[in-house]
Amino acid sequence: MEVIFVLIGVSLVMAGGFLWLFFKAVKSGQYDDQHTPAMRILFDQKAKNKTIKKTPKKTK
Amino acid sequence: MEKTSTRFHDETRTTCFHCGELCDEEIILHDDKDFCCTGCKTVYEVLNENDLCDYYDISDSPGSNQKKENNRFNRFDYLDDPEVLDNLVDFKDEKNIHVTFYVPLIHCASCIWLLENLHRLHEGIFYSRVDFINKKVQVKFSREKIGLKHLVSLMAGIGYEPQIHLSDMVHPKKPAVDRKLIYKLAVAGFCFGNMMFFSLPEYFSEAELLGDGFRELFHYLNVLLALPVVFYSATDYFRNAWMSLKNKSVSMEVPIAIGIVTLFLYSLYEIFVMGREGYLDTMGGLLFFLLVGKWYQQKTFDTLSFDRDYTSYFPIAVSRMVKDREEVIPLTKIQVGDRISVRNEELVPADSKLLDEAALIDYSFVTGEEVPVRVRKGALVYAGGRLKGSSVQLLVQKSPSQGYLTDLWNQETFNKEDQEDSLASLATRISGKFTLTVLLIAFGALFYWSFYDLPMGVRAFTAVLIITCPCALAMSTPFTLGNVMRSFGKRGFFLKNSQVIEKLAMVDTLVFDKTGTLTSPSKAKIHYEGEALSEETLSVLKALVNHSIHPLSNRINRWLGDIPAAMLAQAEEVPGKGLKAIYKSQNVFLGAASISGMNDELGTKSRGNKVHLLIEGVHLGTFYIESGMREGMAEMIQALGKSHSLHLLSGDQDHERPYLEEKFGPGMHMHFQQSPKDKLNQIHRLREEGKQVLMVGDGLNDSGALKAGQVGIAVTENISHFSPASDALLDGEKLRYLPAYIEFARLGRRIIKSSFGLSFTYNGLGVFFAVQGLISPVFCAILMPASSISVVLFTTLATNYFARQKGMNEKPTSGWK
Repeated sequence: MEVIFVLIGVSLVMAGGFLWLFFKAVKSGQYDDQHTPAMRILFDQKAKNKTIKKTPKKTK
Repeated sequence: MEKTSTRFHDETRTTCFHCGELCDEEIILHDDKDFCCTGCKTVYEVLNENDLCDYYDISDSPGSNQKKENNRFNRFDYLDDPEVLDNLVDFKDEKNIHVTFYVPLIHCASCIWLLENLHRLHEGIFYSRVDFINKKVQVKFSREKIGLKHLVSLMAGIGYEPQIHLSDMVHPKKPAVDRKLIYKLAVAGFCFGNMMFFSLPEYFSEAELLGDGFRELFHYLNVLLALPVVFYSATDYFRNAWMSLKNKSVSMEVPIAIGIVTLFLYSLYEIFVMGREGYLDTMGGLLFFLLVGKWYQQKTFDTLSFDRDYTSYFPIAVSRMVKDREEVIPLTKIQVGDRISVRNEELVPADSKLLDEAALIDYSFVTGEEVPVRVRKGALVYAGGRLKGSSVQLLVQKSPSQGYLTDLWNQETFNKEDQEDSLASLATRISGKFTLTVLLIAFGALFYWSFYDLPMGVRAFTAVLIITCPCALAMSTPFTLGNVMRSFGKRGFFLKNSQVIEKLAMVDTLVFDKTGTLTSPSKAKIHYEGEALSEETLSVLKALVNHSIHPLSNRINRWLGDIPAAMLAQAEEVPGKGLKAIYKSQNVFLGAASISGMNDELGTKSRGNKVHLLIEGVHLGTFYIESGMREGMAEMIQALGKSHSLHLLSGDQDHERPYLEEKFGPGMHMHFQQSPKDKLNQIHRLREEGKQVLMVGDGLNDSGALKAGQVGIAVTENISHFSPASDALLDGEKLRYLPAYIEFARLGRRIIKSSFGLSFTYNGLGVFFAVQGLISPVFCAILMPASSISVVLFTTLATNYFARQKGMNEKPTSGWK
């Protein structure tokens, strides 16, 4: 059963690691703008072809 | 670019390839595509040259119309000023500059795409990133290859001109967003989760099976995890509790702080002295839930600003004339005696004297009157007016920081010194009594048990303090208010913060501004009855009303439209009566009944204002002018009149009184000819009478009153436009729902009260066991989260249910750019 001591340590370190990653992400401003990345991902990198599908609605 | 155009070529309607608007004036055919103006064509050319035409494929006609764009070549010259540069940029070093622009024209995916591909337009730009919600774009560029000025003109050239206002210069950059609460929440969540994990074996006596070694390890790990919770996550509660005690009041934070401290110290005692498990997991959970509630409430409408002052209204640069040569300088450098040139649609930046013959100035923001005012040579033009028509030259009389507008803004009395909360929130009001009761019960239990069993007494004492930690109580308010605020937001009513809701619920007196709030001048109706007017008479009329700045003259002026004015001899205005002039040796009168020497015929019942036209004493006809009431105002006033006392403050003459009385009924107290200061004093007077005042206004002339009332609602036609500082912003079209908003705010208050009832039940139950010393850590670990979660569920469900019932959750408002 002594292995549980090790497991507890590992689990704490891992959870702490996630916490640290979360801090890093917040600090880098990742959560500041939650809307634009969702639209950005739809742009084609090299849009040479003329028949890219059009986004259905225009928010004007 | 070859044939990419797929636009429909209707015979009658051709839309612009760039902006999508109808080409009604001219059609410019270029590259097989139609454009409505050269501006749009130029933008297309720029994009085409740089192979950026994907812009047109992402959204249909994504551009904005370029017709009205100001194309003065030197208008960005002020950006060369080093002082301006220092104030605008986020970061600069020898080589590079980072700058964030506000670009209000960002509205679709194409905008994002184009603005993030700026580097393809100019090699000096190496990075650009759009924040769509805040309509901001951050650009990083090399200062050798492209200057700030060229960058801005480049962006203007593709139709995305950044908006740079004086406030960007005057105010230091805001510090980065405060993310402390998120960190605290994350720490509390992490520790809480792990503590639960280590405490779980205790709940099922599994720890016994694992042996004492594990038990103690788990206990010590819990203590370790509890430290960041107490000394980091909970610090706000301790600080606020201390502050409120120092101010001799008891806020909700006080019992929370007592609970946390008791939980922590008692658990340390249990773990280190008694070797038992303690209540640390409960404490972690408690703080986690509390912080979630705080975070939920804190979420506000970040993109709207409620505290704008005049600087965010003013332009950053002006054109100064030096020896007939024009130079563009920052507004901060303007001096008395400078000659400046102002163009169509530009703001007059400082109180100045008009050097040209005449000018039309739109003072809508300063006075609330939307019809432009005619100013003549030598007259003073106040800062804040917007020029309509051809450009004029002005002689600066006062520096921008001392003008009439700024005076108005900076008046001592106008500043809302954080008024003593006469309307303390429900939670604050009960927390004092609550804390006292809890302490009484706790000491009572200690006193009672001390006769029989002192250790038992101490246990009961701490148990009472622990179990009554008002977690559920503290959470009912933020969650209810947060939900109400979101419902309001969906309905076009944006609150500065959630405290406004409780104040709104308590309001018993409503004060309305007239012009721009209840009426919208653009809806004014003019009706003429009498002999038909010839072209000549019309141009005489035009000339006549040009002489006057009276609102009625202005309305007639607008009704007349763009017709040439005749030359008049001897035109004069008789204040309060009308206008007199001589045209071709005939006497012309335009004005009220008394000047025309005739009686108001009583037969024609009031239909707004009457303006009579007489030539040589002969009555030709009458103009009936109604102030354009917003839709549904009369119904709204009647609905509100049942439960509130109503006041109307107007800067206008009282000639509309009969008409308004007829519309609104006798319940409305009307006050006319109110200067901004009078309005403020009216509010002060009402408040001294002990009234809870809600002020609804729109312009700068109401700004004092908006601040003086318990709640100030600024009505605006466009939420992202400039509006005076206020507690809430309301879309003008939604003003008629005001009774529903107030009703819903009251419901919110009632929901808070009921959830208080619910959490008192939990507390009562807990105390019943606590005084008998029957509390165990497991019992706490279950009761506390259960009570919090059930209270949150209750308030969320209740607010959403009532929101639906009151029609608050209808489709989100659209159409606002």
